[in-house]
Amino acid sequence: MTMRGKVAVAGVGETKYYKHGQSPDPEFKLALEAVLNACKHAGINPREIDGFSSYSNDRSTSTRLAAALGLEDVGVSMMQWEGGGGGNAGAVANAAAAINAGMAKCVVVLRSLAQGQFGRFGLFPVNTVSDWRAFEAPWGLLSPAQMFAAKMMRFMHDHGVQQSTMRSVALAAYRHAQNNPRAVMYGRQLDEEKYDNSRWIAEPFHLYDCCQENDGAAAMILVPAERAKDLPNKACYVLAGGTGIDYRSSAWAGNTPDYGSSNFNHLARRLYEMSGIAPGDVDVCQGYENFTGGVVMGMVEFGFCKPDEANEFFTVENLTVGGKLPINTSGGNLAECYMHGFGLLNEGARQIMGQSCNQVENANVVAMIGGPMVAPISACIFGSEDTL
Amino acid sequence: MSTSYLNPGAPIPIPQVDGLDKPYWDGLRQEKLMVQRCNACGKHQWAPEWICHHCLSFDVGYVEIKPEAVIYSWERNWHPPHPALKDQGPYLVILVEFPEADNIRMYGNLLGDPMQDVKIGSKLTGVYEHHEDTDPPYSLIQWKLA
Repeated sequence: MTMRGKVAVAGVGETKYYKHGQSPDPEFKLALEAVLNACKHAGINPREIDGFSSYSNDRSTSTRLAAALGLEDVGVSMMQWEGGGGGNAGAVANAAAAINAGMAKCVVVLRSLAQGQFGRFGLFPVNTVSDWRAFEAPWGLLSPAQMFAAKMMRFMHDHGVQQSTMRSVALAAYRHAQNNPRAVMYGRQLDEEKYDNSRWIAEPFHLYDCCQENDGAAAMILVPAERAKDLPNKACYVLAGGTGIDYRSSAWAGNTPDYGSSNFNHLARRLYEMSGIAPGDVDVCQGYENFTGGVVMGMVEFGFCKPDEANEFFTVENLTVGGKLPINTSGGNLAECYMHGFGLLNEGARQIMGQSCNQVENANVVAMIGGPMVAPISACIFGSEDTL
Repeated sequence: MSTSYLNPGAPIPIPQVDGLDKPYWDGLRQEKLMVQRCNACGKHQWAPEWICHHCLSFDVGYVEIKPEAVIYSWERNWHPPHPALKDQGPYLVILVEFPEADNIRMYGNLLGDPMQDVKIGSKLTGVYEHHEDTDPPYSLIQWKLA
């Protein structure tokens, strides 16, 4: 009675992606444009939308969208609870669950961001703090990079993992972005020397280990599997999806017992059970890079390599098209756009549909690892018709 | 100690309005390190909560522990996300663990040269850092190698 194969991605869409603060359009207009682009790609009349699913407290609300689009009868309005951008795959899972439960027939998952209009994430200009922040900020632990750097440092210490693993994640994303005209870093190369010489943000994270901040919007249309058969794109089925809070992974002040972790251990096991997929079946991985270290830990927790094999596994050759397990084939958060991981979601679907700018041959299974190191984390697995 | 590790102007901690963490912040003002310990099962717990996560008793109190810890993890921060740290330069944030208090942990700064080699597992002694000129005044616990 799981959602396996019951729901399909019918289409994906996005606006032009901008550097942060450079969108000429306001955030809500971007959201509308992304939704209409996804509908057009799916071959679906926007008036058919009867559900919304988002995350990170998206400001483009379901009520405003429903009114603006003139929708007759919206059945579900879902916001993934906490986890910020890490809820990206969770928003897909929630939408798929609602469709599988018969609550809606055409759900749009979306994320919109215009930071010129609403301010940036990476700055913290406040003067007083309470609650969890009071146990961090007075010691200068302020930005997301700083909140996660010590987790990767501990993971590296525990397993002898080297900086080169993170560098390979960054280089793979930039290499893939060079074939993606949508990518903000299209035409901007990254090599080992440039990475090594880039400034530290918070050791062990260099500048190129950190995501961009961007403006834009992106959307995805989910429908029941039987509906997808009549639509123009090759169907991309949701084989599994979910969210997770590992044992005290949300404990304040670094009191997570499994601190050197991206917190996917339980969720990965659950998704493999739900999907019937094994790590070796995965053809492409889309791993949310808030910071590259989280991708390394997340892929280890998804079983693509053992922690003590990471230095050998995480090479640019293995992680790019033609290699063992290509990742972030549109350029990801680092080099395509930081739409809170939505570019990764859309790219995962495009791989199954055979429409990627870096198409992996016979891509039948895509693992979509949502934002790591946060709580709740989320992930989903997409598959082609051959996997059903 | 009158000087602080970070430049003045870093965010000031304000105890939670529900009083949950007030004994900790009040304790630091008096150079006492106060953390939660469950009166039912005897286990230490941090950060504070209204219930003991070990045994689910609501009978959780505060006890003073020795300011002795080890480095569990660390990072050297270079990019200042707060205007007060614009001219700070690199600084060390460490996650310290208390082996004698059920391995609870806290963040802090490692005093001394910010470019020093940091080793996970190093033993530490706490140093209280008082901020008298802020509104309200507050105190932190910092760490030096034992």
